[in-house]
Order: sequence, then C-alpha cells, then structure tokens
Amino acid sequence: MVAATKIDPLLEVKNMRVYFPHRHGIFSRTSSHIKAVDDVSFEIHPGETVGLVGESGCGKSTLGRAILRLIKPTAGQVNFDGIDFLALDKQELRARRRDLQIVFQDPYSSLNPRMTVAQIIGEALDIHQLASDQEARAKRITELLQQVGLNAEHASRYPHEFSGGQRQRIGIARALGVSPKLIVCDEPVSALDVSVQAQVVNLLQDLQAQLGLTYLFIAHDLAVVEHISDRVLVMYLGRIVEWGPAERVIRNPRHPYTKALIAAVPKGRREEKELLKGDLPSPLNPPGGCPFHTRCPIAEARCRTERPEARRVNDAHHVACHFA
Amino acid sequence: MPLLAIQDLTLDFASGGKSVRALDHVSLTVNEGETVCLVGESGSGKTVTAMSVARLLPTPPAQYSGGKIVIGGGDVLSMTKRELRAVRGAVVNYVFQDPGAALNPVFRVGQQILESLKLHQPEHATEAEVIRLLTMVGIPAPEIRARSYPHQMSGGMQQRIMIAMAIATRPKLLIADEPTTALDVTIQAQILKLLRDLQKQLGMGILLITHNLRVVQEVADRVAVMYAGQVVEQGNVAEVCARPHHPYTRALLKAVPEIGAGKERLLAIPGTPPQLGSWPTGCHFHPRCPQRQHDCDEKEPALIPTLGERRARCMYWELTPAPNEEFHGCGD
Repeated sequence: MVAATKIDPLLEVKNMRVYFPHRHGIFSRTSSHIKAVDDVSFEIHPGETVGLVGESGCGKSTLGRAILRLIKPTAGQVNFDGIDFLALDKQELRARRRDLQIVFQDPYSSLNPRMTVAQIIGEALDIHQLASDQEARAKRITELLQQVGLNAEHASRYPHEFSGGQRQRIGIARALGVSPKLIVCDEPVSALDVSVQAQVVNLLQDLQAQLGLTYLFIAHDLAVVEHISDRVLVMYLGRIVEWGPAERVIRNPRHPYTKALIAAVPKGRREEKELLKGDLPSPLNPPGGCPFHTRCPIAEARCRTERPEARRVNDAHHVACHFA
Repeated sequence: MPLLAIQDLTLDFASGGKSVRALDHVSLTVNEGETVCLVGESGSGKTVTAMSVARLLPTPPAQYSGGKIVIGGGDVLSMTKRELRAVRGAVVNYVFQDPGAALNPVFRVGQQILESLKLHQPEHATEAEVIRLLTMVGIPAPEIRARSYPHQMSGGMQQRIMIAMAIATRPKLLIADEPTTALDVTIQAQILKLLRDLQKQLGMGILLITHNLRVVQEVADRVAVMYAGQVVEQGNVAEVCARPHHPYTRALLKAVPEIGAGKERLLAIPGTPPQLGSWPTGCHFHPRCPQRQHDCDEKEPALIPTLGERRARCMYWELTPAPNEEFHGCGD
C-alpha cells in the first residue's frame, strides 16, 4: 500500500455534498432535497487504487461523477493535483479533464453505436489535440487497442460487433487515450460474465502497473473490491461510514454495516448468517441520528438522535459508529 | 422416480430461414425436496432449459428437436394444451429475474396473488390466503402491503411478492431463474434464506438458475454446469467444487475472487463464450481450454459417468487438477 503520509495526495475531496432537488406539487416547488452525497471527504494518493463500495442508491456513482464534474456538486472542494477543480471555468475544465477519465458500467450504452472504434477512441485525441496528423492518430489508436488486448483490425468495426468484455476494453482504451492520471471506474465489471470479469480486472491491474495509473474503483462486489483495492471506503446513504486499508476493512470490519455487507456475500460455505433486516431507507427521508440505526443490530437510543462522528480505530482505519 | 427428468433435450431456434441450435442433449434431474443449481454464463442455455420445463417458449421460433421432459408423470413435450395447463402452476411454477418487469404495474400486488390463486387453487382464492402467503414470504404489515402497487415496493419486496405468487399454486417444483441477480448482496442473502426456509416448510424441489458459483455452493445439493448449450458437468455440489472434473468448472471457480483471499491474481479464461450458432467443432470449450489435447477439436465428448454419480463432458477429465493445484504436463 502507498504510504498515506508524506506524498501529496493526487485527489482530495473535502466535504463534498450533492443534493438533488425534489420537486412536488403543481408549481413544482422544491419541497426537499435528496442528499445523494452528504459531507464526504477522502484522499487518493498517486498510484493507489481506492475502492468505493455500498448498496445501490447509496450515492457511490453520484460521488464518482461529481468528482469529474459530470454532475455539479452542491458544496465542497475537489483538489486535483494541487488545483481547485471546482473553481475552473469551462475552458480550463476541458483542458484539465484530460487528467481525469471515467470507465462506465454498461459497455452497451456507453459507446456510440454509429461510430467506429477508431472514431470513438480518436474523438478524445482530437478534442485534446494529441495527434499531429492522421498517421500519428492512427498509430496511437492501434497502440491503445493493443494496450487493452485488441488489435488494429478492430479499429474500423462498430461496437455491436463486439462482446461485452471487448466493449469494456474499448471503453478503457478511450479513457487511456488522453493519458489520464486518475480513472474513475464505475462498476466496470458488474455487467460482464464471470469468465470475462477476471480478464478485465487483470487488465486494469496490468495497466496500472505499466502506466502508474490511479483508480477510484466503484463497485458493489466486495470480493472484487478487496482484490483490486489498496484502500476501501464504505458508503451508506450518502455518507462514508468506514474506511481504511482494504485487508483491514474486509477482514476486520468495525462498522455494523460493513460487517453485515461482508456477511451477506456468498462465500460458498453453508452457514447461518446474520442478515440485515429491511431495505435501504429512502434518501429523501433519511433516518435521523446515525443513518444506519433503522437496520442496525446493535443500535441503542443514542443512535437515533446523535450522529456518530468518524474516529480512528487504528492507523488509517476509521469508522463512524458510537460502538465500533 | 425423480420429480423432473430432462433427457437429451435438444432445442433449435428458427431465425431468418436458418435454424440455430440452443440446447444440445441437455440432461438433468431434480428429486423431491432437493435443490439443484443450473450454473453458466449468459448464452449458455440455462434459461432456455428452465423455460422448456413448462413449455413456455413460443414455438416457433423455438423448436423441440429431440429428448424428453418428464414431470408429473408425463412428457411435457407431447402434452396437449389442457394437460399442459394442469402442469403449469400445480406442478411447476417460476420466479423470474426481474420482478419489476414480471409484475403488472397497474394492479395491486394482493390482487395479482389472488389472480394466481383463482386460476390454480380456486378453493383457496381468499383474502385470508393472500395475507397468509404474504406473511410466509416475510412481508411486514401484510394487510397494508397487499394494497400496494409494485412501484411502491423495493426490488427485494417485489421479489418476495413474486415468490408468494409462485408458491400460491403449491407447486412441487419451483424454478427460480436468477432470482437475486438484480438485487443487492444484503437483499440477495435475505431472498436465498427465504427460499431455503420455504423449501423446508413446503418440501418442494427447487431448480435455481444462477451464474454465481458461490451462491451454488451455499444453497444447492447438486449442480449442473452449462456451457454453450450443453451440460458439461454435474454432481454433488461439495464434490464438484472440491474437485471439478471439467476444466470449465475449474476455470469458473478460479475466475471469481474470494472475499478475504487478498490479491492473488485471478485466473481469467481467455476468449469469450461462443455465440449461438457458431459453436466450435468437437468439444465446445476446446478453444478456451487450458488442458486441450490434440483431438479435442474433432471428437465431440459425451456426458460420461466419472466418479460415482458424477458426470462430465470431457474426454480428459482425469487431467483436471484440483482448484488449488497447477496443471501438470498437459496441453498441446
């Protein structure tokens, strides 16, 4: 794991909030807000992979997109490589976006069906003027395709001619085209077949070793996250409830939510599990106090009224729970 | 006699004047009170196999080209429509992957369960029975929830409703096609537990279709692994997972990261599963197989008995190492 001290973080997210207005009534007045991301702070160091896990609806994808400014954050700060990313004007933002790329979950809807692979990958090169002439452009596209395990012949084909795994490789090649420093991987393998998932996970790891990439890896599959991440953030209802080194958080979870999440993962053993009761509460009307108290097996009166502050349990392992 | 016996089922789809084979001599049995898992990747034919049991596929385009499906004492493939109606519901019922799409959005869920009862168990078609079923599947405040519309419920709740509808007809066999794939892990665990509990109470056989081998290991008694339209391995779950006989089963076990296992590199299976209609000659798995031999691309292996009750569709199954061992001295 990359030492958490000394080296300056590549990405620093401070008190990020993303609220979506909830409109109601005949004049569509904003009656309340959905707090998709609520006061989230974390750092990612160069060369590191940080996993972000949580159930669907917990705000993990919104957080990933807000970092890239694909969704406008309501409040907070994103410092990337020493610059205030949220203060950039349109033109500056466009130039700086080169450093931050994203790989989307669904390789079927994230590639334009009317563009060839060369056009899809080349578009980014054109926008950032990274190829001096047609020859250099074609050469770079071939190089990128080879980097992700495809070859030059694939450049003139259309997305529908590829399988899901191959499409995801195209999406990765597109992200790599502009030589980014950080890639947000938003559930990059969850739409793929098991035998193909491993190929893409291995590819992401190889590329990281070759190119010194930094990843924010968003996923709901804890086993994959543990496998690929140096550090893990666990998100629940818009908040990060536990974070720390991957093996610590997964093998020795402290927050009752993380414990339940890990217990629920099928492990191939027959055992009685302690299961979480109920579903994720509506983010429109989140529970007061600790957001997890409605499903928590160890909740007490205090949890219903008092929101637990995050505290350090040891080294870099933090947890937001009164009793953990 | 087993509850369900599929023997050498072969099925084609007619498409644009051509015929594409989807199932190739699939054999499978489910005994009373037993859970059998059908595991495989998308396109391997597991859903088509499941749908065939109650002959749910429209013909054409589907065409049953061979084999038998014996359930409730008769061959489904030669039943009249009337006989088929007697099998559907009363003998076999289904839970599908996407409950949001399977429920009717404009009717209250209680009404939908009642409809299932009216069709198959008219003597039990009462409000009280609906409430009893909702309680059985763990819906809190069932009297109130019966009056909800599907969109007012979460995915996990909707799946519970689907299960209630399925068990309402008191089937001997419940076929659950990827019932938890669309759900979060915490909800997946709840639904799997519910299925186990219901099986204990009602004694029905369950055919569970999944792509997740870890789920198989947790719930199944026996497993059948499918690849490119064929069952490539079947047997007792614990035995198959401890010592797979087919190299595909072994590869599937190695391709999934295990929680708590750290950073060991995953064993990816090279290439992609073959498309329908372009299955390789010989063994369907040979282009991706790490222990391929010189004649695997010519001879088509049969599903042969290996050890005890176990079967595998590989001529060289004895070469397959245990999951924690390396391949030794094989390959071409």
